[in-house]
Amino acid sequence: MSHTQSCHLQVADLWVVRGGRTVLRGVSLRLDAGQLGEVTGSNGVGKSTLLRVIAGFLPPASGCASLNEWGAKDLAPLAERVHYVGHLDGLKSALTARENIQFGLTLSGQARLPPREALDRVELAHVVDLPVGYLSAGQRRRVALARLLAADRPLWLLDEPLTALDRAARVMLMGIVADHLGRGGLVLAATHEPLGLPGTLELRLEAQ
Amino acid sequence: MTDTLRAVFYRDLVLSRRIGGGGSLAIIFFLGLVTIVPFAIGPDLNLLSRIGPAILWLGAFLATLLGLDRLFQADHEDGSLDQMLLSPAPLELVVLVKCLAHWCATGLPLVILSPLFGLMLALDGPALGGVTVSLLVGTPALTFLGAIGAALTVTLRRGGLLLSILVVPLAVPVMIFSVSAASAAASGTVSFLTPFLILCALGLASFALAPIAAAAALRGAAE
Repeated sequence: MSHTQSCHLQVADLWVVRGGRTVLRGVSLRLDAGQLGEVTGSNGVGKSTLLRVIAGFLPPASGCASLNEWGAKDLAPLAERVHYVGHLDGLKSALTARENIQFGLTLSGQARLPPREALDRVELAHVVDLPVGYLSAGQRRRVALARLLAADRPLWLLDEPLTALDRAARVMLMGIVADHLGRGGLVLAATHEPLGLPGTLELRLEAQ
Repeated sequence: MTDTLRAVFYRDLVLSRRIGGGGSLAIIFFLGLVTIVPFAIGPDLNLLSRIGPAILWLGAFLATLLGLDRLFQADHEDGSLDQMLLSPAPLELVVLVKCLAHWCATGLPLVILSPLFGLMLALDGPALGGVTVSLLVGTPALTFLGAIGAALTVTLRRGGLLLSILVVPLAVPVMIFSVSAASAAASGTVSFLTPFLILCALGLASFALAPIAAAAALRGAAE
């Protein structure tokens, strides 16, 4: 099955200060293999910050996040075992969808699906060889999501994954997420709308 | 990891050739500068051939600076930089490879075309050789030093000017020794090798140190 079977994400008493303002005060969270976590809360409450701290882009003032695997030693750093899809797609407009996915795959290693198949899964088979600059916002979003499928990483951090997606694409995304959870992966999403999957752990951040 | 670095190199080369990449912009700028100087100086061939190496070097320096502000900014703006931070390849090596790709796309054509442009400045054979060799060693050093400035200004919307201000002092030693090497080759009275070896040392030092500095600045920018 999958190598991610026994992973769990542990976030312990995370404090984050940005620009002199304390954004997160002692956030703790435990996510088990096959579990979806949803971070909710009003705008500016620190949802994106939490995801960026877990991905390792931002250093926390105190506390830590770790992705542990039972019985595994010498784990790669957390940053090398997460996929991050943020507000920015991380796509090059001048490159085609296939080239973008291929590059993302080479960058992160651990190949799972070839770019063509990953783009098939997000129903973009017809624009594989079109520069991403010509795609709509929703299509670009789908290309960014196809990156999740191309390279195999246990933890997915999704920041507002539903943005710009139409109804059909939302259903598709839920399918992809459920599939990843089924393989023993973990998904932590910052979102305003629940994805509606069973067994979801909700983490509500409150304004200070 | 080698695959990753090769992919970064290849991607940056492809991007510099496609629309919006601006890879050939530096060459056209270089040509424009070298073309206009003889008009500004007037029909004095002796003067022109004496200051020719310096003009070529100034042109190459400005042309290199021109494209550097987009070196990391484009990746920062579209979120590619975040993806690179999640890669197992160390950011320092990614920066190094990006600089090399940038130099191959903008610096190397300048070096190749400089003998041709040198003819427009009435340079003779030894002078052409000296300038070309000094450019071959010196322009990568400029690119690496410029990468530090590019990484520091990556979050600024119009960081190009600040980048130039940051990089100019760092580029002074490169400028001094490259132009003196080129002039030495032209005049033949002083040793070419002494300034040239110092230039090589500067190039190697920037090759080794600048990626570390630039990567540190980029990590700060990701916050």
